[in-house]
Amino acid sequence: MSITHRTFWRGFLDCSPFILVVAPFGLLFGVAAGETGLDLIQTMSMTVLVIAGAAQFTALALLDDHTPTFIIILVSLAVNLRMAMYSAALVPHLGKASLRTRLLASYFMVDQTFAVSIRQYEHAPQWPIQEKLAYYFGAAASICPFWYGFSLLGALIGKAIPESYALDFAIPICFISLVAPMLRSLPHLAAALTSVTLALLLAWMPYNLWLLVAAVGAMMVGARTELWVKEH
Amino acid sequence: MSPDNGTIWIIIAGLGLGTYLIRFSFLGLIGGRPLPEWLLRHLRYVAVGVLPALITPLVIWPNATGGQPEPSRLLAALAVLVVGVWWNNVIAAIAAGMLTLYGVQFIIGSM
Repeated sequence: MSITHRTFWRGFLDCSPFILVVAPFGLLFGVAAGETGLDLIQTMSMTVLVIAGAAQFTALALLDDHTPTFIIILVSLAVNLRMAMYSAALVPHLGKASLRTRLLASYFMVDQTFAVSIRQYEHAPQWPIQEKLAYYFGAAASICPFWYGFSLLGALIGKAIPESYALDFAIPICFISLVAPMLRSLPHLAAALTSVTLALLLAWMPYNLWLLVAAVGAMMVGARTELWVKEH
Repeated sequence: MSPDNGTIWIIIAGLGLGTYLIRFSFLGLIGGRPLPEWLLRHLRYVAVGVLPALITPLVIWPNATGGQPEPSRLLAALAVLVVGVWWNNVIAAIAAGMLTLYGVQFIIGSM
């Protein structure tokens, strides 16, 4: 087995614990998408084209809430803005790959592949680019099929689950479980509290505009608090 | 009422294309130029700025109950939050939320 082969499987293995996170989220997405009124083809198109759970759940939650299309896209994309940071952070490691490879690597840039790869690159910055790429695509190969597969499963079995199971609540449960671990740092906690407070105070605004205002306000509070923490 | 098909497809296409462009941005087009520090500092709080605001009304005024606050949903949300912050474990948090949701509904249903 060549070195890049071995590195591919190492990335595959290092990312595999995240299957435990991706599989239930995928399942819940498939179910929630059906609840919102997406058919099987629409659910799978979204899962394959967007391949970003939090943004997909955001779009579903806002679709349920009769929000204008433009706002749904804008807010869901805002949730994905963090990936611009991932993209920037990967440039020193993968930036010299061919355009075609970078096009493909961009598609598979999800929270888990990024987190696992960047940790490895920081341990082994001297790796040649072929090895870094092999590791990255190994990580993607281990979790992405589970994301597609479990979304499909959720979409298929969702209809069979009776109303009394309160599956509408799958969306808030997934979101809270994503946000909760972030709240262990003061700036994140301050931002989250601002976000909730503004959402409640501004609920009267039309077209769900409160969501944009609350998000921007919370980001400013988070950034300010971070500076304050550094100074003290 | 379900949203109409055209709207759903526009959202899928817009979100798919937009997300891809965000991922491709630096790796593909902008190259190695670093982002200004103030922008990075704000970007770190995007998720924690958007998601809590998005969840709050879904927890307090759920559509499924016609917008009335409902104990099993409120307690389930609290359970996810507490377990998630305390144990820093996504799966345990989801499990705690689902158990609370169904547990409280069962208790209320049998009262």
